[in-house]
Amino acid sequence: MFSLELLPEAILFGVLLGCFYAAVSIGLSVAFGLLDVPHIAHPAVMVFGAYCTYVLGRYGWDPILSGLVLMPLFFVLGMGIYRFYYETFEKRGSEAGVRGLAFFFGLTLIIEVGLILGFGVDQRMVEAAYIGQSLRLGEMRIPMRMLVAFSVAVLLTVGLTLYLSRTFTGRAIKAVAQDEPALRLMGANPVRIKQWAFGLATGVTALAGAMLIIVGPVEPSLDRVYIGRTFAVVVLAGLGSMTGTVAAGLILGISESIVLMMFGASWAPAVAFGLLLIVLGIRPQGLFGR
Amino acid sequence: MRKSGTPFWIGAAVVVGAAALAAWLITNEYYFFAGYIVVTFVILATAWNILGGYAGYVNFGTAAFFGLGAYTSVVLIQSIGAPLAVQILAAALLSGLLGFGAGLLTLRLRGIFFAIATVALIVIMETLFINWRYVGGATGIQLLRPSPIPPFESYTKMLFVGQVIMAVVAVAVARYMETSWIGRGLRAIRDSEEAAECSGVPTLKLKLAACTVSGALMGAAGAPMPMYLSFVEPASTFNLTYSIGALASAMVGGTATWLGPVLGALLLSTIQQIVTVTISNEMNVLVVGVLLVVFVVAAPEGIVGLLRKLRRAK
Repeated sequence: MFSLELLPEAILFGVLLGCFYAAVSIGLSVAFGLLDVPHIAHPAVMVFGAYCTYVLGRYGWDPILSGLVLMPLFFVLGMGIYRFYYETFEKRGSEAGVRGLAFFFGLTLIIEVGLILGFGVDQRMVEAAYIGQSLRLGEMRIPMRMLVAFSVAVLLTVGLTLYLSRTFTGRAIKAVAQDEPALRLMGANPVRIKQWAFGLATGVTALAGAMLIIVGPVEPSLDRVYIGRTFAVVVLAGLGSMTGTVAAGLILGISESIVLMMFGASWAPAVAFGLLLIVLGIRPQGLFGR
Repeated sequence: MRKSGTPFWIGAAVVVGAAALAAWLITNEYYFFAGYIVVTFVILATAWNILGGYAGYVNFGTAAFFGLGAYTSVVLIQSIGAPLAVQILAAALLSGLLGFGAGLLTLRLRGIFFAIATVALIVIMETLFINWRYVGGATGIQLLRPSPIPPFESYTKMLFVGQVIMAVVAVAVARYMETSWIGRGLRAIRDSEEAAECSGVPTLKLKLAACTVSGALMGAAGAPMPMYLSFVEPASTFNLTYSIGALASAMVGGTATWLGPVLGALLLSTIQQIVTVTISNEMNVLVVGVLLVVFVVAAPEGIVGLLRKLRRAK
């Protein structure tokens, strides 16, 4: 049963987990929050990234290095996906909603089955010096892999936030989210900006995938749990808010960690979805809604 | 708009008659075992289409309603040994209630938000039943089949014929909703909810009705599942496969009419059954995924739309 002595540890673990959740959601925060693309395939793309990291890991590559190398490749992949989505659905306008959703749902399935056919249903993991070790902090033990993921997550989130608020392209992306017709009137091409932004979101997801396999073993169907977690974070954050993404990630991480300690692992998967339902029911615009 | 219903009802009677005749003549149990699944997907796709096709609300939560139906049966069998008909009715009632709840969500949620909320329903349902020992928890529960009711000589055949009757009822309900003022209202909601509301369409009532009926049919389809498998466990009962099958069948068949989901489900589930047996289970999911994407991209009106184009070309 739960005792209060465990609470600090639960919260500390929750904070680490929360930053990790923020980092895996940040790509979706751009793709769905800013660009309004119903990107349900985001977690599947991330798991795909994790498997790419696994493959590179077999050649002795460090997972973080692999994640960084994969980023430009995924960037191009993301641009391709958006281009296709735009040409087939967004441009035609009507009924894009239902069909766009079904399209990304199908894409999720294809990625998932592709991974099963390629690697089987067994769990896969990577090896690195820092995986398996842990840092002692008084009574508490913090796994190194969580700390590594945490650091990368913080860097990634801060980097992307700065990029969106300081650079010209970043501001253009935010402008597309705010008022697309106005941007068009200013002479900019919203489609190209959105394509760039979607590529960016997908590139970031490659690094998130590398962190995913650092934090724990992956299996092809892992994306299903992360549909709940990533969308919970993005919706709770308020669509497209980067600060909100971090806050929401922390809320989810801490609640999941506390539930895990109080009620056991079998209840943990419901936390993200429960939180999501509550937010959708009470405050659909999220914490930092625009 | 209103067409004569006679050909439809003759067709329905022929389908039920053929199922009964097949049960009487064919001895190989496997056909009924596989056929049961195909017919189940016909019901699920038809039910999905009431909300997803007519009203344009994408429901990823078919598995939640289906699973709730199946577990309602388990509880009834465990506690009072209720007969099949009672299980089905109770399952329809409870899943209908869950559907009503989902309908209340549509008050504030549209598009992807509603879709994601329905995914949440699956996980929450699954977690509840994993942690409920009485119905077997995570390991599942073994159930004993009672002896079949005469004139049926095997339980699988009886379930098959029962499921066919249920499918005919489901299609009739969907067809009624489609051709009556309800369907017109739902289509108005799909095209523009604001415009519908402004023109006096009772949008909330219609959405609640569509969600409730859709949920009830999905639950009813799941109710005989425990007896069909004589075993139930949460992971396979609340499996996303049911959601995928229902959505993909309706999308592939065509969402505009009741015929689309029926054709789509017959085609897709039959392919799936064949691929599962001859190649592998993973391949069967891949086939569904690829077909779904191809149809959504290249033939948005599904098989029914393609057939119509063919006829017009002639």
